[in-house]
Amino acid sequence: MSPPTSTAAPSSAPTTPQPTSTRLCAHCKLSRPKIQRAKTRDRLCVPCFLHIFELEIHQTITSTNLFQRGDHIAIGASGGKDSTVLAAVLKTLNDRYDYGIKFTLLSIDEGIKGYRDDSLETVKRNAVQYEMPLVIVSYRELYGWTMDEVVQQIGKKGNCTVCGVFRRQALDRGAERLGVSHVVTGHNADDMAETVLMNLLRGDLPRLHRCTAILTASSSSPVRRSKPLKYAYEKEIVLYAHHRKLDYFSTECLYSPEAFRGSARALIKSLERVRPSAILDVVRSGESFVAMVPPEISGVAPSQPNTTATPVVLPPPPPPQQADDDPNAHCGGESGGEMAAFEKQLRENEEATHRETEVKLPQIRKKQKMKQTLMNCRKCGYMSSQELCKACVILEDLNKHRAKLGVQVELDEVEEEAKEGVRRKMEALELRKSVETDTGTDAKE
Amino acid sequence: MATPLVASSTSTIPSSTATTGQIKVEFSGGLELLFANQRSVTLPLPLPTTTSTSTLATPPTVGDLVTYLVNTAMVDPRKELFVVDGAVRPGILVLINEADWELEGEEEYQLCDGDTVLFVSTLHGG
Repeated sequence: MSPPTSTAAPSSAPTTPQPTSTRLCAHCKLSRPKIQRAKTRDRLCVPCFLHIFELEIHQTITSTNLFQRGDHIAIGASGGKDSTVLAAVLKTLNDRYDYGIKFTLLSIDEGIKGYRDDSLETVKRNAVQYEMPLVIVSYRELYGWTMDEVVQQIGKKGNCTVCGVFRRQALDRGAERLGVSHVVTGHNADDMAETVLMNLLRGDLPRLHRCTAILTASSSSPVRRSKPLKYAYEKEIVLYAHHRKLDYFSTECLYSPEAFRGSARALIKSLERVRPSAILDVVRSGESFVAMVPPEISGVAPSQPNTTATPVVLPPPPPPQQADDDPNAHCGGESGGEMAAFEKQLRENEEATHRETEVKLPQIRKKQKMKQTLMNCRKCGYMSSQELCKACVILEDLNKHRAKLGVQVELDEVEEEAKEGVRRKMEALELRKSVETDTGTDAKE
Repeated sequence: MATPLVASSTSTIPSSTATTGQIKVEFSGGLELLFANQRSVTLPLPLPTTTSTSTLATPPTVGDLVTYLVNTAMVDPRKELFVVDGAVRPGILVLINEADWELEGEEEYQLCDGDTVLFVSTLHGG
């Protein structure tokens, strides 16, 4: 992931002292530098910075075979800096390198007045600027609830969980509506580092070792998700947006985000101040865990038809074929088999989650868990590992109490009861969460 | 990083040209919300400091500007969203005339007439 040309100035000019190398762009050696890169400490002028930033994303995309010519891909667009930069860069790269991809912007309207309604205006402008169609899917149309109404009922505590469950399904529904099977999101290196730290601090090994995957597919979702900006620093994303004068929206969600993520975030930013490479180092560490996680945890998918490896418990050093798959995959793997490797990895991940659940919840019917089968949610038909999908579980409870709250008189007790009910359901969902394969990064938006 | 060529130890001569004039201060990425939704303000040099931290002898630095902003200009009481432990909060980028302040000496940079200092938050939603 180091930039293509980071070599020091050639020794052919011994007469010129340091000033030339420090005062001029490290890449073109012509212009005055304006940016100091976090990854490399290189000092670059604006045009070189923009170009190298784009080139690195291009390299991430090509080295992982993320896209195939003719694909129709949805860009999860919130109007914020990350997804705006993602759309702008993908538009640029698609034109420059002729990817032959059709991109559509897909936005979720959670129904938060003063926040999402404004940011959606930005997305609408982006759609015109980048000549991409835009599809907006709202919580109201899908679930009959806006987040404003949800918060009014259950309070701010835990609303992020509801929103996360809803958003995940809403993105899938939107993708389905568009007929696409791949959604790219704007998660950046800082987000990845946060997630690695959070999983580490929670001791969540299965998620720790899958949270850095550039592409995540899941049996509980027909749609693949990927993160082309996973190696891009938030700082550089903001600088890219600034220097290209991109139009983005920057107001925090009105409902306070998870405190835990906030702390991880502050820690990452403080580390960056002291040691700028720390962010990428944490991401790389997360990737390295993939290689270190013993098979008992990482799992060797027994359900997979083609694997020769049966779920034999192997000693810590993983079997050779597994070692080939991922250890040094970083961002630079070149082989075309990389996708297959990812998919294999993902299947293995799922396997690991089941086992992890067993450990946490010895009480819960083991056999049923082991033979997790996918079905369609009894209510909404969405893919689910349970009779009711997570969103419907939440909705059932929300709706149960809506009637009582129809009249907006002060009904503290009922309200409390409603909050408690939803909270209990959410706790139950937390437990179920590890059974299903969400990456745990969704909450970031 | 590289300190200006002016020998700061012997700056007994208050170069009046360097310390008078005006600068532009801009806020974006959500920071404008902390400054009464102003995206841009113009400030005179020397800074209208109420505290006597900076003397007239040396031109005000970006560090002085930050002190001024947090003590005087910032209306929002949540000072910790802008300054943490006396320094600009990690995650807020500072650009001096469009260049990373890391290239300009960070807090030590001495402000000149016509400078633009931009504070951008990277901390707001994605």
